[in-house]
Amino acid sequence: MIKVEGLTKRYDRFEAVHGIDFEVEKGQIVGFLGPNGAGKTTTMRILTCFMPPTEGKASVAGFDVMTQSMEVKKRIGYLPETPPLYPEMEVEEYLTFVGRLKGMPAAEIPSRVKQVSERCAVADVSKKLISKLSKGYRQRVGLAQALLHNPDVLVLDEPTAGLDPKQIHETRDLIRSLGGEHTIILSTHILPEVEQTCEYVVIISKGKLVAKDSVANLTSRLRGQETVSVEIEGRVDAGAVKERLEKVDGVSRVTAKEERGGGLVVEVESVAGRNVRTEVARAVVNAGWGLHELKTASVSLEEIFLELTAPEQGDDKGKKK
Amino acid sequence: MRNIWTICRKELKSYFASPIAYLMMAMFAIIFGFFFWNIVGYFVAAGLQAQMMGRPMPMDINEMIVRPMLMNFSVVGLFLIPMITMRLFAEEKRQGTIELLLTSPVRDWDVILGKWLAALMLYGMTLAICCLNFGFLFLHGNPDWKPLAIGLAGLMLQAGALLAVGTFISTLTKNQIIAGGVTFAVCLLLWVFEWVGGYETAAWARTMAYLSVVAHFEPFSKGVVDTKDAIYFVSLTYFGLFMAARSLETLRWRA
Ligand SMILES: Nc1ncnc2c1ncn2[C@@H]1O[C@H](COP(=O)(O)OP(=O)(O)O)[C@@H](O)[C@H]1O
Ligand SMILES: [Mg+2]
Repeated sequence: MIKVEGLTKRYDRFEAVHGIDFEVEKGQIVGFLGPNGAGKTTTMRILTCFMPPTEGKASVAGFDVMTQSMEVKKRIGYLPETPPLYPEMEVEEYLTFVGRLKGMPAAEIPSRVKQVSERCAVADVSKKLISKLSKGYRQRVGLAQALLHNPDVLVLDEPTAGLDPKQIHETRDLIRSLGGEHTIILSTHILPEVEQTCEYVVIISKGKLVAKDSVANLTSRLRGQETVSVEIEGRVDAGAVKERLEKVDGVSRVTAKEERGGGLVVEVESVAGRNVRTEVARAVVNAGWGLHELKTASVSLEEIFLELTAPEQGDDKGKKK
Repeated sequence: MRNIWTICRKELKSYFASPIAYLMMAMFAIIFGFFFWNIVGYFVAAGLQAQMMGRPMPMDINEMIVRPMLMNFSVVGLFLIPMITMRLFAEEKRQGTIELLLTSPVRDWDVILGKWLAALMLYGMTLAICCLNFGFLFLHGNPDWKPLAIGLAGLMLQAGALLAVGTFISTLTKNQIIAGGVTFAVCLLLWVFEWVGGYETAAWARTMAYLSVVAHFEPFSKGVVDTKDAIYFVSLTYFGLFMAARSLETLRWRA
């Protein structure tokens, strides 16, 4: 449904996107993951025909974004990073305008506006001025706008940015429910978001493709090696703790992190596939130290990038699957 | 066509969603009400004086009232142009709604024409309100309607040209104030260029004088249609809209 080949975008001299390739099948939900400034918005703007690529090709539903932009635009619903709303309009009025703009038959617009308003939970504010809406409502009106003409492809640029946890949850549910009938590409810099909503993930960093894989594959690959954070109470010698824990079977590395309130925090890394939590806890207790806390440190996006871009194997890993 | 109308309607609604459009129309109604009664007062006094001197001369309402009024509107209307066009694209860029417009299945030209048309309509409405004064002339006298109609058509031609230039300038920035300021400066220059022709006859001076908007309007105010003037306005309109289209295109490339 979406095909991107060697996509490059230069702003003046600065290269924001560098030779990206990926493909999205019909009905998939794809997460476009990368830190701020990675080039997510730039790529999405090219896909939606807001601006042309400097080099490379992109096509949506078989139509080229450069040469057949009108056809592409008809088939895409786009939610930009800031929802494109007119503050002086009422919600219903705004959606009606968008319907006309998207070339929907006039007779269909009112019923479709109603339907989409309900689906995006903005029906209760349909007569309210957009300038009076809260951030969460605005984001949902933006989403309704993207969905309105029932496009094959939805391009959502950070759809949950700036929302509160409850709204984030609702938005993710909504996006998940849209998969299947629509092909969705959504950008985010939050890893759990991808895990929760997407089937596939495309990771970019500094304009370069870092990995593309199914979410299941990627997370299992990253979870193979686990980091446990251990907090020990009282005054203990960091060196002794290190020495002791390194002896535990399956532990590959121990790093003292910080001393906090008279205690000590160490991070214990394990060999891939081993669960060392029980053994580590026992070792601490047996040594006579007070075990204050023990938890699995979650894999952060930063770590993913560090791993995936590691010079020895990163490139190879990124392309293999 | 449908797309142009969609955009135009939206623009008109936006104008009237804020008090600015009403304020603008009210201001012009007051200013031109004042102009009108002033001119009529002068006309009546001149008529009385002529009668008292015993040699009543032919008093031409068109020449003495309608024409100066139209000339006034041509110049004072220059202030109206930036007020109308400054927000057209600058606001869309600031709000980010430009992304909606440029990723919808409409051509850039549809967007530009729709906005320009809405601007022209607002100008026309303001003009219409100021023209209500002329109703008084038709009630109490019998002015010739033809020169008036030609004058009004000329005003709309002039407005179309300047509004097109303003539309272009509005695509260059996301700051309304800058767009308005630059447009105002351009409108003012296009008026005062005429002065150069007053003392200088070199080619550059004649070119400058030729570019002056008000000079091209003057014949219209007398009820005279000169194709050269009409062509000037139409070409300036086309130039402004064309530049706006090019500007949107570079906007896509650059950002
Ligand atoms: N119009 C522009 N002109 C110049 N540089 C830009 C422009 N837009 C974005 N950039 C730069 O391109 C890079 C990628 O930006 P962007 O695509 O917005 O990243 P993301 O959406 O992943 O945060 C950033 O370093 C940004 O500063
Ligand atoms: Mg972005």
